[in-house]
Order: sequence, then C-alpha cells, then structure tokens
Amino acid sequence: MKTISEINKKIKQGKVVVVNAEEIIDIVEQKGSKKAAEEIDVVTTATFAPMCSSGAFLNLKQPKPKIKIQKVWLNDIELYAGLAAADLYLGASQLPEGDPLNKIYPGEFRYGGGHLIEDLVTGKEITLRATGYGTDCYPRRELNQKVKLKDFNDAILVNPRNCYQNYNAAVNLSSKTIYTYMGVLKPNLGNIAYCSAGQLSPLLNDPFCRTIGIGTRIFLAGGIGYVFGAGTQSNANVKRKKEVPVSPSLTLRVNGDLKQMNKKWLRGASFVGYGATLIVGIGIPIPILDEKMIKCTAIKDKDIYTQVVDYSRDYPYGEEKSLAEVHPVKSAKGGIRRGGLFNRVNYKQLKNDSVVIADKKVPAVSLSSYYKAKEIANILKNWIEEKKFFLTEAVEKI
Amino acid sequence: MISRKIILTFPQALLDKPIVYKLIKDYNLIFNILQAKITPDEEGIMILEIKGASRDYNAGISYLKNLGIDIRPLDQKIIWNERKCTHCGLCVDICPTQALSFKRPQMKIEFDKRKCIACELCLRICPVKAIEIQQ
Ligand code: SF4
Ligand code: SF4
Repeated sequence: MKTISEINKKIKQGKVVVVNAEEIIDIVEQKGSKKAAEEIDVVTTATFAPMCSSGAFLNLKQPKPKIKIQKVWLNDIELYAGLAAADLYLGASQLPEGDPLNKIYPGEFRYGGGHLIEDLVTGKEITLRATGYGTDCYPRRELNQKVKLKDFNDAILVNPRNCYQNYNAAVNLSSKTIYTYMGVLKPNLGNIAYCSAGQLSPLLNDPFCRTIGIGTRIFLAGGIGYVFGAGTQSNANVKRKKEVPVSPSLTLRVNGDLKQMNKKWLRGASFVGYGATLIVGIGIPIPILDEKMIKCTAIKDKDIYTQVVDYSRDYPYGEEKSLAEVHPVKSAKGGIRRGGLFNRVNYKQLKNDSVVIADKKVPAVSLSSYYKAKEIANILKNWIEEKKFFLTEAVEKI
Repeated sequence: MISRKIILTFPQALLDKPIVYKLIKDYNLIFNILQAKITPDEEGIMILEIKGASRDYNAGISYLKNLGIDIRPLDQKIIWNERKCTHCGLCVDICPTQALSFKRPQMKIEFDKRKCIACELCLRICPVKAIEIQQ
C-alpha cells in the first residue's frame, strides 16, 4: 500500500519509478502484480485524438475606448460573446461565416474553431472583428484589429467532454459511402473505424476512477491541466467485460492555461463531409496505490472490447446499439447465441489491420493516434522523473 | 528499356480518341493504367506507367504532347509531411497501394513514395492535411 503523498515524496527525492501503460504490461507479466506494485509508483496513460467537445475561453485586453462585445469573429469564426464585456468562448467545431459546409457534398471543412485554437497557440496573427451597441461604460461600437494570443489577458482551454473511456467502433451497413465524425465509412461493411488509445487510454487504466477525480493534475496539450469533473454524457452504468466497459462510458471535463500549451498537442482537424474539430493530447498519471491498481493498469488491447455500431442508420436515428445484440443467431446447440455474426471486437484485432465481422474481413481504420499517445505518456513520465510534475489527490470522486 | 510513371491531363475534345491504342500499336509501348478519371470540368486525367525502348518512349511522348495533352512525371508528386502527420491512420485504409501503411507494433505511419500512384484519395481524408501535392 502506498499513498499519493508517499509517491510525491519519492518524486522529490528522485527515487520515483514511473513506466508507461504499455511497459507495465510486460513488467506485471514477468514480475507478477504483487512485486510490480511494490516497485512501480506511477503508470502514465495518454490519448491523442479528435475531441469535438473542446473550446477556449478568451478574455480580450480592452481597447481604448472600451467595448462591450456583442458579436465577435476571429478569422471569420464567430465566438460566443454572451458573457461579460470581453469574455469570449471559442468552440472547436465552429465553422467560419460563408463556409460552403456540405453544399458541395461532401464538404471539406478546411478551417474551423480547432484550427483557430491551433493558430492561437502557434502565435499566429488573427483578424478580429467585433461589434457592440455602446454603453456609458463601454462606448465603443466597433473593433477591427489583428490579434495574437498575447493580446488576450487570459486564454483557458475548457473542454466539457474529453477522454472517452471507450468508444464505438463504427461501420456502415448501407450501400452508400457515408461521411461521419468517425471518418469515411465505406458501404456494405467496407471498413470499421475506431477511436481509442486502448491499453494506453487513461480511463481504461482506471476503469472505476479510483484515482482520477476532480482536481487530478494532468498533461493537457503540452501544459498542465486539471480534471474538473465528469465530462458531459459521462455514464458509468454500462455493460462491462472483466470490469472494462464495452461501449462509450465515462468522460472527463478538463481545463488548463492555453498559453502554456503546445501546438504539437492541439491540432485543428477537418473531417470530410462532417466538419472541423480539435485533436487534443491528454496524459494522466495513475498512482500505483496497491496491487489492485497495478492490475488495472496492466490491461492489454486484447482484453478491451468495444461494441460495433451501424452509422448508416442506427446511430443517426438514435437507435445506437451494439450490433452484437441485434443480430442474434442460433447456436449449434439450438439456443440463441447473441452476436454470433457481429461479435464485439477488441483493440488488438482492430490494431492488427482488420477484423472479421459477419464472416467478412473488414479493414480497420483508426482516428486516435497510438503512436502520439505513447509519446505523451513518455513526456509525462519524464516530467515526473525530473520533478516537474507532482501527483494530486482527487478532492472529489467523479 | 525505360519505365516511367506519368500523369496525362487531356481536354474534353480528346476524351473519345483512341490515344492509348495508338501508343501500343504505333509506338510499341507497354503500359499500365494506374488510374483514369474524368473531372467535373470534363478534363480527363490518366496516370500511366509506360515501358518501352527509350526511342519509342520519346516518340510516344511527343505524339501525346502534339495532341495537346499535358504530361507531368508522377515522381514525388505527393508529399507526406511527417511533421504534420499525427499518425492517426485514417489514410491507411483508403490508400489503394499501401503506400501509406502502419509500422507495427509502434503504430507509426510510413510513406513509401515508390508505391504511390498519386490517386490523391488520401488528400481529403487526412484531417490535418499532412499530405500535399507538390506544385
Ligand atoms: S495519393 Fe493515392 S496512392 Fe498515393 S499515398 Fe495517397 S492514397 Fe496512396
Ligand atoms: S491521415 Fe494524415 S495525419 Fe493521419 S496518419 Fe494519414 S497522413 Fe498522418
């Protein structure tokens, strides 16, 4: 048994032992969980994937005379200005005025809120246009100027829903190509798209959020961020296989200072036919409190299953369900064996190029970058080893 | 004997001419059609791999040029910008020749220029526009 403050002491003394969530698998296999739990103090987890429910609060330095901003555009992208005079919220999926959208289907969505966030973090010059109605305290009615991130007093990344614990694998059962937030799905079960870092993914390494909670300090896009609650749509009440959810489940609400962040880990992204979004890099340390905790972090891709969902009909019409449950077939013994054709799939199969569904070899497509997630897990590992990052005790469960 | 990959762009007026047939018959060239399509503005684009004696090849190319066909070499037309790539893997399944592929188990994307036939399918799929056409 270890406490978080004991682990922090070890960090201070330079004695902490940190490994990433991939390395821990072999360590536990070789040494056994008991011995490994004594030796290892922290396991770092990470994910780098499109996370649409992201955005930033920006507070503009007031011009002279001052303005109470009623409407505002940065690079033609409208921000929400319905707060105080100069507080603005920029949503990652917001599209610029005049964007052709899906008029020429499938649309390209070359620039959106996510790209704007990337440009801000890169320090690029942005065109700002704002209007106000003029008050005695804020007389200005119009503002047109070039701004950079430094022209904002504060810039905070505030993401209502990131870091899904698990996610659907998407397929298309129709006879037409469809363009979705899960990428281009080819007709007649032509491919299967998934979006999870699997064995590296933060919430899959702490399936019941024993250590991750409100106040947990994290790596957020190259800077320091914090979990400030369960994300929107977070749902703990899901089917599980060996404790691990087999469908989208818990999510996290995270925030951090955008000015500390790095463009490498905040990337604007375009999904053809769907829209624009932001790719976010998140790393979360898991303190190894005991043997039970280390067992959780030793989870392997092959033990993480996810449901397969049809995005041509079931998802868009709100009848999202695991195809394993809607295509029951008779088993050899005569009873109904659910999901005979549409098995759930695991991340080992998905990463291996293709899965077999309904007797068909289906190529797998990923949206989440395992390679970059591992890079983040290793950066976080270095930060801890170099005494730059200390663990926090959650102030409340999520 | 030489072997080249080239991109032909030809105007609508030539769309129904038996150009390819002439190349075989009159110039003795062997070729593979790697891709052929007609764009919305009704130009034809064809990517060919042509093999033949050097003299025949040059004569064949002159013939095509005289018809008003624009010819560009395929080499290095598509650029994969590793610094921009997030290694997500969305392009892997769309690429018809496995020019873009995962190196496993690292799950790192690799681009094999020699396999690329410049079909451009990956261009609009890549969410971060890491793949570009060299101008
Ligand atoms: S242009 Fe076509 S062949 Fe070349 S990498 Fe892209 S998808 Fe593959
Ligand atoms: S789709 Fe783009 S970012 Fe993703 S792996 Fe391919 S080239 Fe890289």
